[in-house]
Amino acid sequence: MIQAIAFYLFAGIVVLSAAMTISARNPVHSVLWLILAFFNAAGLMVLAGAEFIAMLLVIVYVGAVAVLFLFVVMMLDIDFTELRAGFVRYLPLGLILAIALATELIIGVGAWSAGGIELSTRIAPIDAAVPNIEAVGRLLYTRYLFVFEAAGLVLLVAMVGAIVLTHRERAGAFRQNVSAQINRRSKDAIRKIDAPIGQGVEL
Amino acid sequence: MTSFFQSLGMGYEGAWLTATIAGILLIAFPLMLAVAMIIYADRKIWAAMALRKGPNVVGPFGLLQSFADGLKVFLQETIIPSGANKGLFLLAPIITFTVALIVWAVVPFDAGMVLADINVGLLYILAASSLGVYGVIISGWASNSKYPFYSALRAAAQMVSYEVAIGFVLISVVLWAGSFNLSTIVEAQRGTLFGIVNGFGFNPLLFPMAVVFLISALAETARAPFDLTEAESELVAGYQTEYSSMAFALFWLGEYANVILMCALNAILFWGGYLPPVDWAPLYLVPGIVWLFAKILFFFFVFSWIKATVPRYRYDQLMRLGWKIFLPLSLFFVFLVSGFLMLTRYGVSA
Repeated sequence: MIQAIAFYLFAGIVVLSAAMTISARNPVHSVLWLILAFFNAAGLMVLAGAEFIAMLLVIVYVGAVAVLFLFVVMMLDIDFTELRAGFVRYLPLGLILAIALATELIIGVGAWSAGGIELSTRIAPIDAAVPNIEAVGRLLYTRYLFVFEAAGLVLLVAMVGAIVLTHRERAGAFRQNVSAQINRRSKDAIRKIDAPIGQGVEL
Repeated sequence: MTSFFQSLGMGYEGAWLTATIAGILLIAFPLMLAVAMIIYADRKIWAAMALRKGPNVVGPFGLLQSFADGLKVFLQETIIPSGANKGLFLLAPIITFTVALIVWAVVPFDAGMVLADINVGLLYILAASSLGVYGVIISGWASNSKYPFYSALRAAAQMVSYEVAIGFVLISVVLWAGSFNLSTIVEAQRGTLFGIVNGFGFNPLLFPMAVVFLISALAETARAPFDLTEAESELVAGYQTEYSSMAFALFWLGEYANVILMCALNAILFWGGYLPPVDWAPLYLVPGIVWLFAKILFFFFVFSWIKATVPRYRYDQLMRLGWKIFLPLSLFFVFLVSGFLMLTRYGVSA
């Protein structure tokens, strides 16, 4: 009973906020709706017994990815008339995408209900005695070890690539010399001078 | 607590609901009281270090100062700037406050005394504390004003940077304890050193992590010396500039609740939580909650001490400390800790 209420609550909010994400006029509002959608998706994961994935969803997507989204979107100089101007031009492309997505959804649901490939039995059984994290760890570090390592390598290459592509030396940029700053003592910076009366001092 | 309400003749679901709500109230109300008193303590410590008296007018020794302030902001008018995004402007302090409260659900106050004893407690804390930045970002953007906006950008960059280091620190603790559950982590600290001293902080491999965590906690809660989001000489009052009345008070309460939480996490992760410092029977006569509170207060004193004595960091220094020092250091210690555990606990051949 309480699970059903929670499920429909979470699912309803996910669908609603997903709709608001694409229909909100203001990009910042869009990102915030997206965050709400992530959050409630995490709630659905908890209901499915995958609390580890739920927490990861919140930490990675809400805590890091969406913060950076928001960071970028907040700094945009938004011109609403210009946003609307492209509408007609992109309409055909949008329609094609929408039709493709709708077709996939319908075929997917059709295949599910036809039951030819027994999708429903593919859901991994959950052993209540083993905590989520241990279950994931056992699979990840034994059967899928090489795939896991390869995924890590791909991410590393992507990271290095992003840095190499965007990093550029700027000539004449001011740099902090950290060790010089730390090693600076008061006797290097302060001089005591007995200034003669009526005369200035050489600095 | 569920069984207590069941004994009063309720069904299981009703008893569970009542027990949870009672638990939430039992945590939230004392927490608000603690926040009020800790703001007073903060001001007193700060004043003492500056050779001032601090609040001393309202009530004996000025003890009621925070309540007087609370009453004052309660009676003030909530001003919303005309250019502000009204909904988000009011939502931001609510987010900050709520997030600061929900984290306490998994904090173990004593053996078995925890609202939600979940397996992924530490991840939950990491997740909820990463939400805290939204209150700041949204308030900065919704205020539609320069300085709050700068402050929001600073806060976003700062919190994301230090969360990385905190994540690795937590991983080394989790490796040693073998669990994400906070109660299990506390219990795993029994007899860390020579079998009698409780606390991961006394472990030479984890002590550097305790230091990194303490400093990162300062940065994560934007306390001095990392309070660049509220650098009054540059940004007026940072993201709270346009706020007044209760909205402002919610920011304040949330901020201090977060500070207390970080002190509690320091105590729980590294210094034995509700365990006494030494594993010696007479010390267990003192309730665990007293030990935990003593540790929280000690760390809060350290926080105030730092606030009173250390000058504010420059922004590039803040970023350098987070990315170039703490991140490699904590990563190296994750490597050391896992290597050590592999050698001693789990065996090399595995």
